[in-house]
Amino acid sequence: MPVSSFINTGDLVRFLPEIILSVFGTLLMVLDPIVNRRSSSVFGNLTLVALIAALFGTAAAYSQPGTAFGGMLIVDGFATFFRVLVIVVGILTTLPSYGFLKRQDAETSEYHALLLYSIAGQCLMASANDLIMIFIGLEISSIASYVLAGYLRDDKRANEAALKYFLLGSFATAFFLYGVALIYGGTGTVNLSMVRSAITGPNAPSPVFVGVAAALMFVGLGFKVSASPFQMWAPDVYQGAPTPVTAFLSAGPKAAAFAIFLRIFMTALEPLGVGWQPLVWISALASMTIGNFAALLQSNVKRLLAYSSVAHAGYVLVAFTARSDTGTAAAMFYLAAYALMNIGAFAVVSHLSGKGEGYQSLDDFAGLGQKQPLTAAMLSIFLLSFIGVPLTGGFFGKFYIFKAALESHLVWLTVLGLLNSAVAAYYYLRILVMMYMHEPSEAASKAEPLSPSLSAALILPAIGTLVLGIFPGWVLNFADKSAGLVK
Amino acid sequence: MSEVPISWFLTLSAVLFALGVAGFLFRRSIITVFMSIELMLNAVNLSFVTFSYQLKSVNGHLFTFFVMVVAAAEAAVGLAIILTVFKNRSTLNIDDVDSMKN
Repeated sequence: MPVSSFINTGDLVRFLPEIILSVFGTLLMVLDPIVNRRSSSVFGNLTLVALIAALFGTAAAYSQPGTAFGGMLIVDGFATFFRVLVIVVGILTTLPSYGFLKRQDAETSEYHALLLYSIAGQCLMASANDLIMIFIGLEISSIASYVLAGYLRDDKRANEAALKYFLLGSFATAFFLYGVALIYGGTGTVNLSMVRSAITGPNAPSPVFVGVAAALMFVGLGFKVSASPFQMWAPDVYQGAPTPVTAFLSAGPKAAAFAIFLRIFMTALEPLGVGWQPLVWISALASMTIGNFAALLQSNVKRLLAYSSVAHAGYVLVAFTARSDTGTAAAMFYLAAYALMNIGAFAVVSHLSGKGEGYQSLDDFAGLGQKQPLTAAMLSIFLLSFIGVPLTGGFFGKFYIFKAALESHLVWLTVLGLLNSAVAAYYYLRILVMMYMHEPSEAASKAEPLSPSLSAALILPAIGTLVLGIFPGWVLNFADKSAGLVK
Repeated sequence: MSEVPISWFLTLSAVLFALGVAGFLFRRSIITVFMSIELMLNAVNLSFVTFSYQLKSVNGHLFTFFVMVVAAAEAAVGLAIILTVFKNRSTLNIDDVDSMKN
């Protein structure tokens, strides 16, 4: 068969965001020696152009929903939702990066190119419909993120973060891949829909065999979303990585990993739901509890937010445990709300930490409300959203998750989850109290005034958080519509 | 001449994978830990090839190429990261790389 009959225009349009991101990423690397790097923020601007172009690409792809490349990719509402989410995360990472890279004296094109490659990988994860494509997307995203975590080469903490992220990330990937191999051996296919029909069909492999494969994939993906008991890398990596990168890691790769988690377990392995539900139940509870209680003890804000991100992974897993379309929609909504508030909070931390990222402790936030009222106000919105106060995205996120859990009769998990949210309120409020009720610290006094790009990086997610909290229907309707995955 | 049974290959693959996991968890040199991960990936490759042979389908062979390419990319990035760690700390003992505790 000639090649042209394999690849048609429709396929290419459905693959447009990934094409745009990869082309711009490569362009950035080619431009590096040509552009005078000290005088301009041209790399950052080009990255923003690429990401906005990719958003249009995503819209174009969604205008032609369906599968591409012989069923390897699928463009549906679910894929589009996560593609938009990771691209927006990319935009919100690029904005605070201008000031950050200048402060660290590290303006190069690699940073932006790697960011674009990582997002390309995440877009691929969002739209992959085949276990091998999922693996490729996961690795494109991860390998670029490993380098980003260690971007500040001379910083000991960044090295350590990159090393831990790399070793544990690859370890997790190997588990995932072994699961894929077993699925391939048992069913003879890696296409998610075909796996589903194979394990429910007449020649189904033994449930134990598929169960082992599912467990291996669960371990691999559990690492990637930093769910307990596989969360131990998260605090060190989040603390050591450059702060804008931490913001990115805790929002983009995590959302994409949840996308494949949901897609695999809600389509191909959905018939085995009764088997994996208890595992997810335990993991959800353990992530919430360990994340929240460990966060209580932290004095470093990045580490505190890292544990809080483990806890939030737990909340998403609660929605996952519900094993229903409502649960999937709730998880999608929560991931969007979480990405916005988290990336905004990290942008504030990045702004305050100063050159060399020395100021990261809780005490450094003292008096920020006096010195920089706007920054403090934005951080307050994010923290209130973390707690789940009404009128913020976090409130409706939690509301939908626990509603979905109750509809699936997970009463105990709901009760324990709500108790957990109450514990979490304590450490978020501690930051608020520190900001508004203490005398200004050295860090707060020294913090530079907000640059335009950083203001945008704070105000946009804050607006997003409030919009999700006041008009949740806009996003939720789309999530509801897309949650019924193609099976 | 009788063939080697399929299950032997799969058992070998599982044993190699388990050795990789054990090496990852118990060895203290970063390089050995990294090699353990490569061993795990190659164990998976062996499974893919075996299944491919058993199913009489060429897909499994193709997957091993993907895995090899990814493993090569991972090795390039991983060794670069290990090198920067060594430059900054002059040690490759994994227990010495723990500067971040609250």
